[in-house]
This record gives sequence, structure tokens and C-alpha cells, in this order.
Amino acid sequence: MAVAMTHDGTGQPDETGGPVLAVDGVGVRLAGRQILDDVSFTVRPGEFVGLIGANGAGKTTLLRVILGLQAVTAGRVSICGRSTGRGLVGYVPQKIQLDPDMPVRARDLVGLGLDGNRLGIPFPSRQRRLRVDEMLAAVDATSFANQRVGSLSGGEQQRVMIAHALISQPRLLLLDEPLANLDISSAQEIISLLADITKRQQVSVLISAHEMNALLPVMDRVVYLAAGRAASGTTDEVIREDVLSGLYGHHVDVLHMHGRVLVVAHAGDRFEILAGDEAAAAPGHPDHSAAEALNGIEIQQ
Amino acid sequence: MNFLFAPGFFASSPVHVALVVGGMAALVSGVVGTFTVLRGQSYSGHALADLAVTGGSASFLASVNPLWGFAGTGVIAAGVMDMIGIRRPRGRDLATGIVRGAGLGLAALFLYWDTTNTSTTGATITILFGSMFTIGSNAVPLVAGFGVPALVIVAVLYRPLLLSSVSADVAAARGVRVRLTGLACLMAIALAVSLSAVTVGAILSTALLVGPAAIALRLTSSPGRATVAAAVIAVVMTWLGVVLAYDSFTWPPSHDGWPVSFFIVTLIFLGFAAAQLAGRGRRVKG
Repeated sequence: MAVAMTHDGTGQPDETGGPVLAVDGVGVRLAGRQILDDVSFTVRPGEFVGLIGANGAGKTTLLRVILGLQAVTAGRVSICGRSTGRGLVGYVPQKIQLDPDMPVRARDLVGLGLDGNRLGIPFPSRQRRLRVDEMLAAVDATSFANQRVGSLSGGEQQRVMIAHALISQPRLLLLDEPLANLDISSAQEIISLLADITKRQQVSVLISAHEMNALLPVMDRVVYLAAGRAASGTTDEVIREDVLSGLYGHHVDVLHMHGRVLVVAHAGDRFEILAGDEAAAAPGHPDHSAAEALNGIEIQQ
Repeated sequence: MNFLFAPGFFASSPVHVALVVGGMAALVSGVVGTFTVLRGQSYSGHALADLAVTGGSASFLASVNPLWGFAGTGVIAAGVMDMIGIRRPRGRDLATGIVRGAGLGLAALFLYWDTTNTSTTGATITILFGSMFTIGSNAVPLVAGFGVPALVIVAVLYRPLLLSSVSADVAAARGVRVRLTGLACLMAIALAVSLSAVTVGAILSTALLVGPAAIALRLTSSPGRATVAAAVIAVVMTWLGVVLAYDSFTWPPSHDGWPVSFFIVTLIFLGFAAAQLAGRGRRVKG
């Protein structure tokens, strides 16, 4: 599935040391709605980039464009200078569709990362088995390697899917909201695992999230999506009131509290947390104090 | 020996045909059934079985081997279900339900004509509940002709089928043609159901499709081993059913035998119950 090209190729040419991913003026229109509008950014070798934005900002659509699963109406995407990322991109989806009693073990899924697109019945080989074992160990999944994937916890499934995506040694790893639905300690484990393993494997990471605070310590750069448009750079360059206000098209405040960042919009006496920490915005959570410090505001997710 | 195998069992030619045809149908159903269950397509399997009734009853009217009718309607219905949105779970159930309803309506008409034309209920019983001992040996090549393509589909698409049942997006991103793979799998299901419709009947064919697979995935966690186990379970239970049906010619009430499909489906049910109980016992211990 080739990405449609309407631009004349003003993106980065393929050169040694060029970007692993170049997104250049990408626009996507679906059913009359502009989902993505002139989105441009690059991911360089070995970079850990966060794709931050609220639900519905276009994160999943952008990832599908990069994967070649969604055609663009404008712009182009190139992966290591090529128009298709097949064989170069590993993908961890938001959810997998496996019931707990389905006979697919963690090791089977990791093995499918090697050759899941090939035809015919796989012949078990010692070499294949060793490679799968090695990858399972790298994501700390050896202890549940022979358990059914559907019966694993959310964090364990994420680790298996990361191993599945990395075993073919891609240049770019895309993760769609891997931290959603994980408890805080599992999320931290996944983040440090990713940061560690990507440094060792020399792979670039583009990870989408609607909350950025957990990612702040490991992100090299951030791509912030709002209303289909994007701003990218280091967190200091992007998570600023002038940049984000321009992106949203109205004034937003960037608040630093308790070492966390919250992006807040206000209209009259009503405040809305646009991005930041999901936990901080959840009533009943100890960190709710961060949001309540805004004094009597109404919080809307 | 005579306790299990009644005298004349090994010399009887209808028994030979029943063992060969039943074994082939069971092998195909076990293998394809594992992927039917894995991909969550049991409901499609049921619908294809119901539609096999339509094709089977139509071919009876036209005096053609019912297998042609079973497989013909199955394959056409699989194509139609794919066209009207079988890829999305909700669209899938609706599409399947609508096609299934229309098909069963036609089946009612055809079976009524079959019955009134011949003034017997033989056609109805044969189509709904199978006819293992009355299949002629000339049906063997036909059964192989439908069974081999189904097995080839599963063997060739083994990995893409597994991968796309975990995540369609992951499979598509790796270059798997997810829709084509799904359609091919549906065709294999249609063929497997047709073969089982000949042996245990159209109504009971999904029992042979889904039952052995359901037992197998309680016994092993590996997809390869589950496929082999399902095939073995299906074949063994079918053969046991044939043996018991032959024995039952000496049984009350009328000494003219009990239906084979009854034995096979009952054996599958008992096997499933046993696997379920064993699984629960293991979970309590673990």
C-alpha cells in the first residue's frame, strides 16, 4: 500500500544520517472532516519522540499514515528515504483481539514478529527458537513465555507486543497509546524498558500518548497534535503557551505543578485540562490536588 | 474384539466408505475448525451450515450429489458475507444473520418439495442429519476434491491467519492482505462444513467444526499442537461413532441402528465436558 504523493518530494532526500522518518505536509480528510492538516516533523536515528495530543487529535490516524494503512490527501511520508516502511517499521497497536482461552502463547506471537507475513507452515528451528527466547528475555517476558497471550495482564501483553515488533530489527518503532489502561507502575516499567531497549537496538521510537508527564524524562523530542495540526521540537520548545496557543487557535496556559505539566484552556470561569496527566485530572486520585489547586474549577476530560 | 466391533464390521463396504469419508471430513473440520474458533468466526460457521441445508435440499430436487449443493451455496454465501461487511464485528453478525435467514427460508421450501415429491422424509433426514452408511464409494474422490483445497488454504495461510487474528492492523502493516486472507479462510470454513454436512448432516456439521477445536484448545496452548489435536480428536470421534452406530443394529428399540451423527455429536459433547472439568481441576491446583 503506497502512500499517495501529491507533493513534489520536497522532503528529506535519502542520505546517510538522514531522518528515519520524515512526515512532510501530511493532510488527511475523512468523510469531509480534516483529520490531519499540514503535519510535518522528522524522527532521527535513535530518537525517542512522543506524539502527544488529546483523544481525537489525530494520533492514531497519523500512525496509520506512517504504516501505509491510511492514504493521505496531501503531503508525503518517507521512511529511511523510502515511500514504504515495510520491513523497517515495528508496530505495537493499542489493543489486540485475543480471548484468554485462545491457543496463542507469548512465544508464538513473538515468533510471528519474525515471519508472520510469510506463507506456509513454519518449520521449528533451533536458531528461530533461540532468537525468540533472546527477545523474550530482552523484554523480561521469559517467565510467561509459554502462557496464552489473552490471559496476560495489560502490561505483560504490551511487553510481548514490543518483543513482537522489535524481533525483526526495525529502524522505527511505532506505539499507539501503550500506556493507556496501565497502572502507574506498569506504565513506568514499559517506559524504562523502551528507553533501555531502543538505546541498545539503535531503533527510533514514536510513541503516542494523551498524557505526557510519564514520558517527559525519556523524550528527546515531542510532536504535539491539536485539532489535526502539529508542532514539534524539544519539550522546552513546544510545551509553551505561545506555541500551543497558536496550535489550538485560542489561548492556553501551561502550568507546572508538583513537577508535572498541565495544558489548560479556560473560557470564562470554566477550565479544561487539554493535556498533561490523566491521573491528575481524575477526581478521587491523590494527585487530583494538582488540578484542584486551580481552585474551584470544573474539570472536563 | 467382538465386544466393540460387531461381526461383519471390517467386511462391510458401507462401513469402509463411512470410515474413509467420515475420516476425511473430520480431518478437514478439525483443522479448519481450530482457525474458525481462533478467529472468532464460529457464528459464520453456523450460518454456513444452515445455508448448506439450502444447497443440499436444492441438489436433492435436481438429483445431484448433495455435496455439490452443500459446497456451492457455502462458497457463494461466504463471498456474499464478505461483500456485505463481514470484516467489522457488528456488520459481520448482521450480514451473517440476514443471509442465514434468507437461506433457511429457501431451505424450508426445498425440503417441503423434496418431501412431497418423494412422499418420504428420507431427503430431509439425509440433509439435516447425514447419511454416512448410504454414501456410495464414488463419493470418495469428490470428498477429497473439496477437502484438499480447504487443507491447502489453512496450510498456506497458517501464519497470516494467526497474525491477523491477533491484530488486523499489525498484519496489514506487515503486508498481509487481511481481507483476502479472511475470505480464503471463510471459503475453507464453507468447504469443511459441506464435508461434515455429508457425514453428520448440515444441522450438526458445526458440532464437528467447532467441537474438536474447543476440546483441543483446552488441552494445549500452542496453535500448531491445537490444530493437530483437533484433527485427531475429530477423526477418532467420527470413527468411534461409526463403530458404535454399526453395533447399534443389534440395539433396541427396532434393531435397525441408531444414527451415526447422534454418536459423533454425543462423543464430542462428552469430550468437551471432560476437557472442561479437567481444565477446571488443573486451574484449582495451579
